[in-house]
Amino acid sequence: MSTQATELRLNASRIRPGLIITWTLLFIGGLIMVTPLLYMFSTSLKSAGQVYDLRLIPAAPTFDNYIKVLSDGRFARWFFNSALVAITVTLSNVFFDSLVGYTLAKFQFRGRQLVFIAILSTLMIPTEMLVIPWYLMSSQLGWLDSYWGIMFPGMMTAFGTFLMKQFFEGVPDDFLEAARVDGLNEFTIWWKVAMPLVTPAISALAIFTFLGNWTAFFWPLIVTTSRELYTLPVGLSSFAVEQSIQWEMIMTGAALATIPTLLVFLFFQRYIVRGVMLAGLKG
Amino acid sequence: MRIRTMLAGLAAGLSLMAVTAAQAVEIQYWQYVFETRVNAMDQLIKNFEAANPDITVKQVTFPYADYQTKVIASQAAGQGPDVLQFFYGWLDQFQKGGVLQPLDPAVFPSDKIESEFFPIVTAVKRGDSYYGLPTAVRSLALFYNKKLLDEAGVKPPQTLDELVDVATKTTKTDGGGNITSEGITLDFAGQDHQWWREVLVRQFGGVPYDADGNVAYNDEAGLKALEFYTGLQTDKKVGLAGFMDEGQAAFKAGLAAMTIDGTFRLGAFKPITDFEWGVVELPANADGLRSNYASYFANGIGAGATGEKKAAAEKFLAYITSDEAMKVWLDVVGELPARRAAALTDANLADPIYAPFLKGLDYAKTTQFLDEAGQRQTAIDMVNRVFLEGQSPKDSLAQAASAEQAIIDAAKAK
Amino acid sequence: MAASAQSTSAGATRKGRSGFRLTLHGRKVLWAWTFLALPIVFYCWIRFYPTLSAFWMSFTDWDLLRPANFVGLANYQKLFADPNFWKVFRNTFTYLIIGTPVSLVLSFVIAFYLDRVRFMHGFIRALYFLPFLTTAAAMAWVWRWFYQPIPIGVFNDVLASLGLPAQPFLRSTTQALPSILVTGIWAGLGFQIIIFMAGLRAIPSTYYEAARVDGLGEWAILTRITLPLLKPTTVFLVVFSSIGFLRIFDQVYNMTTNDPGGPLNSTKPLVLMIYQTAFSSFQMGYAAAQTVVLFTILLAVSLLQLWIMRKR
Repeated sequence: MSTQATELRLNASRIRPGLIITWTLLFIGGLIMVTPLLYMFSTSLKSAGQVYDLRLIPAAPTFDNYIKVLSDGRFARWFFNSALVAITVTLSNVFFDSLVGYTLAKFQFRGRQLVFIAILSTLMIPTEMLVIPWYLMSSQLGWLDSYWGIMFPGMMTAFGTFLMKQFFEGVPDDFLEAARVDGLNEFTIWWKVAMPLVTPAISALAIFTFLGNWTAFFWPLIVTTSRELYTLPVGLSSFAVEQSIQWEMIMTGAALATIPTLLVFLFFQRYIVRGVMLAGLKG
Repeated sequence: MRIRTMLAGLAAGLSLMAVTAAQAVEIQYWQYVFETRVNAMDQLIKNFEAANPDITVKQVTFPYADYQTKVIASQAAGQGPDVLQFFYGWLDQFQKGGVLQPLDPAVFPSDKIESEFFPIVTAVKRGDSYYGLPTAVRSLALFYNKKLLDEAGVKPPQTLDELVDVATKTTKTDGGGNITSEGITLDFAGQDHQWWREVLVRQFGGVPYDADGNVAYNDEAGLKALEFYTGLQTDKKVGLAGFMDEGQAAFKAGLAAMTIDGTFRLGAFKPITDFEWGVVELPANADGLRSNYASYFANGIGAGATGEKKAAAEKFLAYITSDEAMKVWLDVVGELPARRAAALTDANLADPIYAPFLKGLDYAKTTQFLDEAGQRQTAIDMVNRVFLEGQSPKDSLAQAASAEQAIIDAAKAK
Repeated sequence: MAASAQSTSAGATRKGRSGFRLTLHGRKVLWAWTFLALPIVFYCWIRFYPTLSAFWMSFTDWDLLRPANFVGLANYQKLFADPNFWKVFRNTFTYLIIGTPVSLVLSFVIAFYLDRVRFMHGFIRALYFLPFLTTAAAMAWVWRWFYQPIPIGVFNDVLASLGLPAQPFLRSTTQALPSILVTGIWAGLGFQIIIFMAGLRAIPSTYYEAARVDGLGEWAILTRITLPLLKPTTVFLVVFSSIGFLRIFDQVYNMTTNDPGGPLNSTKPLVLMIYQTAFSSFQMGYAAAQTVVLFTILLAVSLLQLWIMRKR
């Protein structure tokens, strides 16, 4: 529980009027924060003529926009693309970042520091600088307009590696030694003994990686060419421009792009928040 | 045993598929994203594949802003398309990038092209060779909202003065002076910059570019044209740049009485049900001088297409520039057929929607762009400086002229 | 158990067969390098090589149309002489200088008070966090709609009903950048609030108890205990959000599609300039030079911030 809150509880069980004001302001602030989302949903339920009616609750809500947008299957395709890319990259990161982080944390060998610093230094290189070489590389290797083309830059990250290394350092060496004595090989030790001990870190990494890839825009915009391969953000952007500014359709598209993450959040809120906190503390 | 027979059957089936797959040639067609054109092309591809079962065509599209780069980059990597669409004004850039190959005169004889297509097709001729053929051409016209005009009791304008009059009478504002329905859309990023360049400048007595292709609008005529246009917002207050974000959005929503746009907008305006709309030729000036801007996207054959693919590409190109394809394009997109015979049919000439565009084609001019995106941007910035920064039209015009001339010089130097 | 018996015997056999003796330590080192092999290849190929490639490209005049020629610092000279670049440079720093302090102050204040609230704490926290999960591209369109002029823009409608003049927002060279910045701040607040709350919770309550015993007031507690102890968190967030604002792209691209970079380049950040130079004008060498400049800016700003905050 929060230290300050506990403090307050201990101090006095009377509800200070200041606290009520604070709560109210915070609550109103929270509602203001989600107002854009509310308007987005509300507009998606309005027909073209009603867009100019700016009430939050639509006068005659209709699902027509959703039917129209979903009917040609584009959004479903883009959703699938985003999911495929995000899941694959997440799995790859969970595997490789953990493996490298573990190796750097638990093995002693010459060159360890060098490798660690080298990997860490890549954090300083912004992806915007690499995009042009990546594009040309992909162009020459035929990776343009392919799932691999979208995924390859993010398969391993220094941030994830750093995070996992921090967590693995907290794993007691005794557990690993015991496993070695039992005759397990190093890979099995990592996979079966060390990994289960850092599940909070793994879930944090997975959440961040998934979120980052699900909402990624810049690189997918550059590397994809055919509409069938767009990820959801890129598809939504092209859809919005294509729609020649029919706001109710654009809002519907934006809503469709947002609903999945909202649902995931609803179910995994606790893990997500905990993951963010963990990352921040160790970062 | 049964498994073995099944496997054998599977193997036979797979090898059969491999054989037939090997015989089918796949070619790629590239164009930029514009919903109705993509749809039209989907239809044409379907027709073509049905008639040519040994050829499959894959359509690949890009956002407009990246199109040129992606085409050139792919060509540099040896993965260019077999057939691609390009704006006639990009031909020089594309040639430098080695993107296109000249059309084989045996398959596409020049004299046949020149007799069958509108004369503006020569803009994609270099030397004796054609580098592409258009499916459709476009010109500009004035769209008007019949309902709004009737309400105000006015008829569609025939001259510039009438235009201002109609716009004034159809503009609606709210209590605070904000426009709630504009008389005419102001969207320089749309087609208005073409209207200004090839129509207004000429109607006020000047020319946009001289015979060598240099900027020639930085004079009295160009200034009057710019003042007329910007005056619509600053002075007469019959329009607002950025209203409803884009001019065609305002018109579609029924919140603009008039808009100047091209034939390609017909496909987008067709679904409008809330009001009836009509089309008239662009207004003439007080002396009755009319002008118009015609342009087109041509389809060319990629430099990397050889052998089978080239043959397939040529077949496809011939189909998409055939009368049949042009008819489909006209229906779905609204762009006019590039072949005279297909365009100037009695039906089309009598059609109240197509006729003004066709008439406009007769006296239309086609700007020879050297860097279309850059030149377009200088025009947009010119108007923005007047609207947003309060710069005088004279100064803004001069600034734009020198900026555009610099672009032209840079492009020529390459 | 059978497995371990097998592996020990296999181990013994391996030792005997291989000829040269692999010590226990040696074998572990071999494992380590095996684990690192693929990742090292990956980082070299995907991160280091392209970096060198970008630097090299920045010294050429490559524009995809002709083979690249070495031109030394010509691209950089051209860049620094271009008034558009300085406009973009100012824009990028404006995003940073306004964005980071505003969002950090806001998020700290909210985190501070939210931490004290228990009733519906989870719900309110979710309200603040939701925007962080949204896709920047999607939300850019929602906010773009908000900023529209009358009659469809929500903000202008509210202003009109209050009798205030309508604002041009995205159609103004002065209001466009802040308008877009608001979208970015809005999206990032949730993350910063959560991080601040984690930092606040990590402060042991004994410190507060001791301070209260000493008779310190709330403000003094805040400035002398809470904030100093939050420094690592603050430093992390300052650097993190600075880098984010310096690299802003998604919102600008989507909110200014018909005139990218805002009216008269008033909203164009460096990343958008890079994108246009590379992918609309295909001047790869020039664009690469711009990316090197971006890299330098990011590096300089991060190091500067770390240095400043370390001193105090």
